Amino acid sequence: MIFNVDFMAWRKPALVVSSILILISVTSLVFKELNYGLDFTGGTLVELSYPESADLNSIRSTLKTAGYSGAQVANFGSNQEVLIKLPGSLSDTLGAEIITLLKSNAAGTEIDLRRIEYVGPQIGDELRDDGGLAMILALAFMMLYIAFRFQSMFAGAAVTALVHDVIVVLGIFSFFEFDFDLTVLAALLAVIGYSLNDTIVVSDRIRENLRSETDENTTELINTSLNQTLGRTIITSLTTLLVLFSLYLMGGELIKNFALALIFGVIVGTYSSIYIASNALIMMGLTKDHLKVEDAENPDPYDLP
Amino acid sequence: MKRYGTWKYLLIISILCIGIIYALPNLYAPDPAVQVSYNSSSQSPDSNLTERIETILADGDSETRIETTDDYVLIRTGSSDDQLKVKSALSNNLGGDVIVALNLAPTTPQWLSNIGAEPMKLGLDLRGGVHFLMEVDTAAAIKNRQNGTLQDIKRRLREEKIRYSGAFVEEDLSISVKFQSEAVFSEAKDFIEDNYSQFLGSPDSKEPLTISLVLAELEIDQIKSDAIDQNLTTLRNRVNELGVSEPIVQRQGKTRIVVQLPGIQDTAEAKKILGKTATLEFHLEAQLDTPRTRKTNYPFKGQQGPGADLQDAVILGGDQVATAQASFDENGLPQVNITLDGQGGGRMHRATRGSIGKRLGVLFVEQKTRTKYQIDDSGKQVPVLETYEIKEIISLATIRAALGTTFRITGLDSPSESSELALLLRAGALAAPMRFVEERTVGPSLGADNIDAGILSMELGMALVLLFILIYYRVFGIAASLALSFNIVLLIAVMSILSATLTLPGIAGIVLTVGMAVDANVLIFSRIREELARGRKPLDAIDAGYDRAFLTIWDANFTTLIVAVVLYSLGTGAIKGFSITLMIGIITSMFTAIMGTRAFINLVYGSKKDLSRLSI
Repeated sequence: MIFNVDFMAWRKPALVVSSILILISVTSLVFKELNYGLDFTGGTLVELSYPESADLNSIRSTLKTAGYSGAQVANFGSNQEVLIKLPGSLSDTLGAEIITLLKSNAAGTEIDLRRIEYVGPQIGDELRDDGGLAMILALAFMMLYIAFRFQSMFAGAAVTALVHDVIVVLGIFSFFEFDFDLTVLAALLAVIGYSLNDTIVVSDRIRENLRSETDENTTELINTSLNQTLGRTIITSLTTLLVLFSLYLMGGELIKNFALALIFGVIVGTYSSIYIASNALIMMGLTKDHLKVEDAENPDPYDLP
Repeated sequence: MKRYGTWKYLLIISILCIGIIYALPNLYAPDPAVQVSYNSSSQSPDSNLTERIETILADGDSETRIETTDDYVLIRTGSSDDQLKVKSALSNNLGGDVIVALNLAPTTPQWLSNIGAEPMKLGLDLRGGVHFLMEVDTAAAIKNRQNGTLQDIKRRLREEKIRYSGAFVEEDLSISVKFQSEAVFSEAKDFIEDNYSQFLGSPDSKEPLTISLVLAELEIDQIKSDAIDQNLTTLRNRVNELGVSEPIVQRQGKTRIVVQLPGIQDTAEAKKILGKTATLEFHLEAQLDTPRTRKTNYPFKGQQGPGADLQDAVILGGDQVATAQASFDENGLPQVNITLDGQGGGRMHRATRGSIGKRLGVLFVEQKTRTKYQIDDSGKQVPVLETYEIKEIISLATIRAALGTTFRITGLDSPSESSELALLLRAGALAAPMRFVEERTVGPSLGADNIDAGILSMELGMALVLLFILIYYRVFGIAASLALSFNIVLLIAVMSILSATLTLPGIAGIVLTVGMAVDANVLIFSRIREELARGRKPLDAIDAGYDRAFLTIWDANFTTLIVAVVLYSLGTGAIKGFSITLMIGIITSMFTAIMGTRAFINLVYGSKKDLSRLSI
């Protein structure tokens, strides 16, 4: 596949689009916040499986009469599976109590216990803190590595793209009120890894082209590099999306949000390595001179192991 | 074109063979089995036990095979229905000296086991089971210790005839001892400085004529650490009572303990036994002349009625009970034998030698939590966690002689009462109360569904990706497909060798690796196409493609590896499971995607010197 797309002609509109996306995401994160799952809020969750489609209203009223106010009852995956959530509750015996209650109330039907989860309030806070810490550490380590392997401008550009991706995916989760649990956090960190993959491949090409004999200015040169890597970008995104969709469709309810976060992440990440990372390089004023010193020490980049 | 040395082919082939061999055990489905072991861990299973089991099983109609290992007798069954039948038959008929537990016995062939090849471990989300995280209340352990020391100081001051006017444990867990005159104060100060060196600095206080004893940081850490160790041991014993195969009980962080019980069906029972967050206190019964401020009335456990008055002074706590066992005395009457540790024995002796004929009470202290709702400042209803204690008398027995390290409680009505009391005494051997801060229970049906969903999504994802690259890259696509398949084999082999645990997020990590591992080949192949387009000869183009893409692949994978390592070191549970497969997958994919495909391509094209076009 040989491409000749004038990406950089769309550089300014893309900047506007990204700014709007970020603005919407941040606004949504501030005002709507994330729809934190049980892992982060603490509370109790019970998943039950009924032999026939479950009567949610009767479950709700049973719980209400027994005094469990604030219980959220919903189907999960199919209409036989029922998910009961009691966010913020502090007692570790609620799960067992609810099951006993529902079983005694629906005598004759075989209710299968799928899972109980109880997360204490301080655990939720800790998980959130650890998650944030992991994100910052991962970003910091990668910035160091890129600065060491490439040049500090590339590191700045890559991290700009990553922060953009994380904010937009978080924004999507906040705006559409998808559940944000531990697996989504893991997915978000995987998005960082994936998006960085993309950015590095493009940066690598830009560096290579900057070192070669050419009359192109930086913008043209970045455009050429993007076109040279576009085939690879499309195919890799495609194969990754293929497996993510199979996870989303077949992987079961517990994996759905994980796959969803990665699907958005791959799309946004691909876009950001074209427009955000490259744009950042241009705006930071990257020229051939920035790579000269390194050249003298290391004339052939392919000599490395 | 660069030649690919014979040694490289040999290396690749041997790695692949080792990979296949060590991944192989995962193909053998485990047998549902029941394991039987003696109660005391020192006793190995013997032929007597095997015969008893065989006799019981002869009555049933379940197909079974019996094996004996160093630790237990294993009874393999054909189905999980049979497994449950066998378990209930054995637990009903074998008697109380053994533990009967469900197990999933691997069916790895002998020759594979001999070289150490075993299947991956499955996480609780795949095989079903319970995960508990418990927080140890270390402040309570310190308070207990300070109370003990306080009693000790009081007693020794009395023995030394040093009169104090007040002594108590403060809110901040320091001990204050008050005196009436300067002379007594300085005498006491010398005595305490000589005898209680574990306390910080000089015993001084803001208040006049008061000695304030603050624990040193190091001492506090030691008490906390001891408390957790003690609780770990107790929990391990309780888990053994539950009869679970391969339980995990380990410390996590500074004050927490993780308990994982795979395959547990009755979670309520598990929680009841583990959650008996109880401690014990031994008190002397209050006498008629005991001042009202120094005694408290407690009810008897499981009984209505007036209860009994006990002195407030604690002789010793449950952490000093080493063992408690139900047995029978000379006359065949039920009794409980108690063994204390050395320090406890000394204290018990001092406390009881002057109290023969009086009664010794054992208090069972249960720590429970409940949720209360309060209205906060903004008028919102907020849940508040409240911890409360229930103290009940489990034994009140007359002291016949001065008690030491070992003594017994007699006069019990029935063997069931004695075994209940022994259990409570043992259960009380917790140094500090614990509470559940996290619980995750996965029912067996969900576990099975998760495995199915995981495998299905892996198969579908794999099929789609293989189909795509075969169509898109043709002969080179075959190389990439082979590399991808071997990548999965190697990944599973490495997981098995490391005996890493596979979880549902772990499977997601594998699936993601499949998608991302293609990237290396896509990079190489695009580069080869580019070089061909520039007019290079096919074989040179292959060389250039591999060479030029390598650095990019390296940088891209290394940075992803950094993310995976950060995830692994900071994450818990779901995140750890995901990052471990991601980490291993990145490393194995580098090998298969670069070296593996290169070997294949060289085999196909390497000998054709005058090749004019490539199937790419």
